[in-house]
Amino acid sequence: MSPVRHRAGAGPAWLARFAFLALALIAGVITSPARADRLVLSVSQQMVSISSSFSGAELVVFGVAETTDGAPLEDAPDVVVTVRGPAEDFTTWRKAQVLGLWVNTDSRTFIGVPAFLTVLSNRPTDEMASLTILRREQIGLSRNIFVQRVGSDFADVVPTDPFRAAFLRLQSAQGLYEENPKGVTFLAPRVFRAEVRIPGAAPIGQYQIEVKLLRNGLISATEQAHFDVRKIGFEQRVAEFALNDALLYGLAVALGSLVVGFIANILFRKE
Amino acid sequence: MTIYLPIAELPVAIFSILAMGLAVGFISGMFGVGGGFLMTPLLIFTGVPPAVAVASVSPYMAASSLSGALSYWRKGMVDTTLAGVLLSGGLVGTLSGVLLFLWLRSIGQVDLAIRLSYMLLLGAIGSLMLVESVRAILRERSGAQRPVRRPGTRPLFMRLPFKMRFRRSRIYISALPVIVIGYVIGLLGAVLGVGGGFILVPALIYLLRVPTQTSVGTSLVLTLVTMAAATVLHAVANGTVDAVLALVMMIGGTVGAQFGARTGQTLKAENLRLLLGLLVLSVAVRVGAELVTAPADTFAVTVVETIR
Repeated sequence: MSPVRHRAGAGPAWLARFAFLALALIAGVITSPARADRLVLSVSQQMVSISSSFSGAELVVFGVAETTDGAPLEDAPDVVVTVRGPAEDFTTWRKAQVLGLWVNTDSRTFIGVPAFLTVLSNRPTDEMASLTILRREQIGLSRNIFVQRVGSDFADVVPTDPFRAAFLRLQSAQGLYEENPKGVTFLAPRVFRAEVRIPGAAPIGQYQIEVKLLRNGLISATEQAHFDVRKIGFEQRVAEFALNDALLYGLAVALGSLVVGFIANILFRKE
Repeated sequence: MTIYLPIAELPVAIFSILAMGLAVGFISGMFGVGGGFLMTPLLIFTGVPPAVAVASVSPYMAASSLSGALSYWRKGMVDTTLAGVLLSGGLVGTLSGVLLFLWLRSIGQVDLAIRLSYMLLLGAIGSLMLVESVRAILRERSGAQRPVRRPGTRPLFMRLPFKMRFRRSRIYISALPVIVIGYVIGLLGAVLGVGGGFILVPALIYLLRVPTQTSVGTSLVLTLVTMAAATVLHAVANGTVDAVLALVMMIGGTVGAQFGARTGQTLKAENLRLLLGLLVLSVAVRVGAELVTAPADTFAVTVVETIR
């Protein structure tokens, strides 16, 4: 069993650091001009609508970083955009050879993890801050929390866990998970944009966008936005019919298939 | 060009699905098999979730088997009496198959057990058909006389009580073995998740001595009825029947079944049996190869299905 990493981080070390930070922040508020920044976000689309020709979409997140007192941002800030799709449960299976046959022998189930996850940043997230902060803020694809059932407990495991690594690798291969350290570009010193690619097989539901602004390795602002991926028109009606009137839907499909079979036969009857 | 599937919730390449339908429909019409055992793995390979693939193949099979069955019907190669008796056993078999499947799942490792039995069953049937048809072809070539069947040489199970006359099949036998065959096909179909046509056709040919083409036509009618019922059951129980996916497959499948049925009717009976034997054997080899060769990736991710 892999060692368990708890959600909150690495223990007393970060606690001390946090206390120090809090003190520094309070002191800062009292003695010097405010250093807290603000993020203003705008998403190019509030809704990604799925019709019969849908094969994926691209969204653009625009953002402006500003200091609350209007002072310029002295140092170049770092921006991380994390987009999380609706939560689902996934099972990762491992095959092994038993008596010469390859069979599923072991599995781990990830509970309530995003079915879509994209991390976009202006440079590799590893360089932005200390590991403690990166983990705590879930910055970077592999530092997001993927809860598994570990014995009787629910927790995330170390990033090197083979099931966790395989899960990230397979989801990335499907285009559902992505990490792009060049995904955020600055249009002006404090204006940035990030392109979010939604694959054709994207799950339906609400997507959360979380943008974090880092300065000198510290979080200076966080802002959230969201958008929906939804079926419209014919696709929506078919899905609703199948859900609400399952029996009628089944009968309609069965009857339809007989009609198609009959028509095909009639068409080909005469040589 | 892609089309979005409303139930599977992903876009697929429309022409590759059409081509798959056409190819599998051809085989379906020629041999009187539903083609589910070929179509389902193909769909899963293109990225369709397994639950949707299994459920959406049912209406596809209903359509292509109707298209094929009508062609055989016109040529008088469908034995409705035989189909009816088989079906009565088949329905009970399906029910017990569903129960057996639930029990197997509760004791675990059902997947391996199914694959192994599948492989052994198909391997045995395929090899037997191959050997028999090659012998028949060789006998034909050498110009030897076909051994004459005498009434007294019939196996015991055909001489049981409740004799019935199956006019189109030109047989007069007890209804009991027919019901048993129907029952076994229904049972296997429910446990293995296939229509069972490729087991039924050899069973009719070799056990009941039904003429090859009539076996194919009758099997198509049986597939048609069971798959139409399966469509409704899947829609109600799992909600995973994708109408758009089924329609695209059907268009290819019904056309393919027409050509297949025509080709099947022009082939010599023993050649048709040889080809079917090869097909059944190759499926067995494929399932076996999957079990013994190292997978490209030892890991796989599946979505945990939410139960409605």
